[in-house]
Amino acid sequence: MTTTTRVAPLIDARGLHKHFGPLHVLKGVDLMVAPRELVVVIGPSGSGKSTLLRCLNLLETPDSGSVVVDGIDLMDPRTDINLARQRIGMVFQSFNLYPTMSALGNVTLALRHVAGKSAAEADVLGMAALARVGLADRAGHRPHQLSGGQQQRVAIARAVALEPRAMLFDEPTSSLDPELVGSVLAVMRELRADGMTMVVVSHEMGFARAAADRVVFMEDGAIVEQGPPDAIFGDATHSRTRAFVGQIRA
Amino acid sequence: MNIRGSWDRFADAFLNGRVLAKYWPDILAGLGVTIELAVLIVITGIAAGLALALLRCLGWRGLNWVIVQVVDLFRALPPLVILVLIYFGLPRAPSGFVSTWISLALVLAAFAEEIFWAGIVSVPKGQWEAARSTGLRLGQTLRLVVLPQALRVTIPPLTNRAIAITKGTALGSVVAVSEVLGAASSAMSNSYNASPLLLGAGAYLVLFVPVVVLGRFVERRLGPTAKPNHV
Amino acid sequence: MSDFFDAGIILAAWPMLWRGLLTTLALSALVVPLGLAAGFGLALLSTSRSRAVRWGVIGWTDLFRAFPPLVLLILLYGGLPFAGLELGGVACMAIAFFLNTGSYYSEVIRAGMESVPPGQSEAARSLGLGTWQTLRTIVLPQALRRVLPDLVSNTLEVVKLTSLASVVAVPELLYQARQAQSLTYNPSPIFAAAVLYAVALWPFVKILRRLEQRAAPSR
Ligand SMILES: Nc1ncnc2c1ncn2[C@@H]1O[C@H](COP(=O)(O)OP(=O)(O)O)[C@@H](O)[C@H]1O
Ligand SMILES: [Mg+2]
Repeated sequence: MTTTTRVAPLIDARGLHKHFGPLHVLKGVDLMVAPRELVVVIGPSGSGKSTLLRCLNLLETPDSGSVVVDGIDLMDPRTDINLARQRIGMVFQSFNLYPTMSALGNVTLALRHVAGKSAAEADVLGMAALARVGLADRAGHRPHQLSGGQQQRVAIARAVALEPRAMLFDEPTSSLDPELVGSVLAVMRELRADGMTMVVVSHEMGFARAAADRVVFMEDGAIVEQGPPDAIFGDATHSRTRAFVGQIRA
Repeated sequence: MNIRGSWDRFADAFLNGRVLAKYWPDILAGLGVTIELAVLIVITGIAAGLALALLRCLGWRGLNWVIVQVVDLFRALPPLVILVLIYFGLPRAPSGFVSTWISLALVLAAFAEEIFWAGIVSVPKGQWEAARSTGLRLGQTLRLVVLPQALRVTIPPLTNRAIAITKGTALGSVVAVSEVLGAASSAMSNSYNASPLLLGAGAYLVLFVPVVVLGRFVERRLGPTAKPNHV
Repeated sequence: MSDFFDAGIILAAWPMLWRGLLTTLALSALVVPLGLAAGFGLALLSTSRSRAVRWGVIGWTDLFRAFPPLVLLILLYGGLPFAGLELGGVACMAIAFFLNTGSYYSEVIRAGMESVPPGQSEAARSLGLGTWQTLRTIVLPQALRRVLPDLVSNTLEVVKLTSLASVVAVPELLYQARQAQSLTYNPSPIFAAAVLYAVALWPFVKILRRLEQRAAPSR
């Protein structure tokens, strides 16, 4: 028996390839994320960041490669993908709250229909999740009655309520007015402080510097370079990384 | 020229109290048949159309192709042709009532499928993704998230189409169903008097004017543009 | 099944069916323009400054949309003779469709005109165009483009409705098919007529599908 200090990665994606028709969008991407790690993915528009993220909960099915999350092989046809998705929260650029339901309704829907909680249990857990994002007092509001920042925090609560092992964020602040970005990033920092494993596609450099354990730079369907934020934003090895970092800084 | 005289002749032919007294129960019974037919057509047609639209959500290529072709066939064929085909064409033809019910329900199902499908497609993809990312299954996502949003754009055109097809119950008179028009027509030929027909026409107005006005109202409240439908 | 599709009988009935198809086309060429004319007239009236006229148009269109077209047709064909006025089947079709489909066309065209932003006609008026000129050159073209799918859909329904003429002895396709059926005691001619209707109208359904897709709001 060998003893090792290396922990098994919580997210272990290897050799991911994805085509959209003739378009080769992921060209053999490997991404391993340790428990409690926060990885920020950066890269030009169209480089395949969203596709990579969506492969991690199989909203897109990779053409080849493997995705193992928390020990569950998502590509295995015997895996119940719906149960697996409960353990992987996702937050979208455009919030995607259900407009027909209140904030609490948004949060409790999957609690009731996926996690199998009773309505009363779901309400308690849902209120707790809303409290965690600072919106307990908005539980009865419909999405259109909330600001963009509040909507995105409800969306985070919706994912968090299911107690996922990992969370995926696809440009969570890109469609927010600048003054609302801070409230969402604050919630994400708290999640990190609570030990959530997170993969975040974001160009918020301040957040990446302060919160990320690792920054991954993608271009043209492949990971070009990765490392600690200071290294990537300070003196990246590759000229392409430096050029891109210069751009988002400008 | 005798205005008084020609009015009397007209009243005798179209507003004949004696004839009306004799035949109004027939027409009232016909109204019952019309309503019964209409309710059956609307319930079964809309249910079948919804079922087809949901089947289409499974995304099975071959099945979707078949659904689209069948739907288009029933959008292309005149309802009367379908009715005549079922009633006079089938080896063991169902009754006129059942033939009318089936043919109009088929037509409504075809139109309803398209309307439901358009409603489902109008729901942003992000809604599906959000729901699926929390582990909701396809059926749950449809039922809990997508359909409630789709219904909003579905109701106005569906109301109009259902009204239009319900008016098609008058076609039943062609295959000997004693709905309003059938009852009125036979009363007319039995009495050699047009009054029952006028009464029948009045019955349709009583039945459908409120429905048409309701359709107009639903459209104003919910629909972005008016889309009057027609059969 | 052979009973349903007897090639010999269909072949024998073919001349009748063909004449019926041509009559259906001719009938469509009569009632579609009539309905359109009535529709335009009513839609223009509905822009009237007089409240009474506008309400009158709404009442008229709702009245004739409430009548099933077959009821209107029978009323004319079976009822009018009692008033000493005997019209042929074609004339009755023409009147019924003028009243009924005209009301539907009017609703479509009116919806289109209402969807043109008022700024359009205000701009035209400020350039010195008259009311009629503004309507004809600015509002109507935009309105019609916006409701093109509905116009096509309505026209398809009107063409389908010409099959009602079989009830008032106009020798169109369905009528001929039923005649052939009763002559041969075989339903094959009706089946053949259905196929002819499908072949003739299917392309329009496909075009409509294309138009509706293009008109659908992108997301
Ligand atoms: N569902 C899809 N169908 C076709 N092409 C797609 C689809 N999703 C993404 N793409 C294409 O794949 C490429 C990568 O997209 P994406 O992963 O969204 O990039 P990023 O998130 O880095 O901007 C882009 O060229 C995009 O147009
Ligand atoms: Mg993206």
